[in-house]
Amino acid sequence: MVYLTRKIEFSASHLYHNPAFSAEENRRVFGKCNNPHGHGHNYVLEVTVAGEPDPATGMVLDLKELKEILQREVTDRMDHRFLNYEVPELAGQIPTCENIAAVIWRLLEPKIPRGRLNRVRLYETPDLFVDCYGEENGSGNGVRRGAAEPSGGAR
Amino acid sequence: MKLHLSRRYRFSASHRLHSEQLGTEENRRVYGKCNNPYGHGHNYVVEVAVSGPVNPATGMIANLTDLDTFVEREVIEPFDHKYLNEEVEEFRANVPTTENVCIEIFNRLRRFPQAKLERVHVEETGLNSFEYAGQPEGATHE
Repeated sequence: MVYLTRKIEFSASHLYHNPAFSAEENRRVFGKCNNPHGHGHNYVLEVTVAGEPDPATGMVLDLKELKEILQREVTDRMDHRFLNYEVPELAGQIPTCENIAAVIWRLLEPKIPRGRLNRVRLYETPDLFVDCYGEENGSGNGVRRGAAEPSGGAR
Repeated sequence: MKLHLSRRYRFSASHRLHSEQLGTEENRRVYGKCNNPYGHGHNYVVEVAVSGPVNPATGMIANLTDLDTFVEREVIEPFDHKYLNEEVEEFRANVPTTENVCIEIFNRLRRFPQAKLERVHVEETGLNSFEYAGQPEGATHE
């Protein structure tokens, strides 16, 4: 098995706000990220595809093809966008790095023509990133419920 | 969806690689420059990966403020600008190689209450790094 990784960058703005929380709770849980005007990041996305090289071409997947898929599915959708308002796949979700990585996985996974999507790594800053490996045990709709109660602060 | 959240932290510390189980000559041979009795230092980078369900109300595996506070208290504060051999209890008996530093950091962070610790990755310099993900299931030795 060979793992091929392609990197792209996109820049986007977002804000964290849960309408079910009070103004005070939003500020406490999300801190600076709750600024109603939003703020932005230069996101770096690493997409890893696993597979066996095609004996005729020596490639797991033609990088040109992967580049076009990433352009269409991720860059065109998210680059220079306000993620809360302009990306329908994120509607109703807080656009954290976790949720964006999961959305990107779901967008890419069915589009990879050869090999298998192995990992989506999304950097929000050089010191903060999320790795997504797809569905656990192939069951459920992805995000599970019932996490520990959030406490103070933000990212 | 299987997700790992990773965060990078930094600390600077000094250490000396010297094993009580080896003789003077052998220590010099095994550890080379790192056996210098006065010690030497590094700028360490620690990458901490945690996993768990994403809370639908916050979109987060763990609030970064909680993780930062925990890592600061358990690792950065006790390690930063310290002489690891003398000032961190665990390294009085264990040689503070970055392998052992990595394991010690993992053991300290596994108690993080809000998410499951998956992996600790420590860069001693930009050229060497170590990773520890705990003992495999069923192993008894810590």
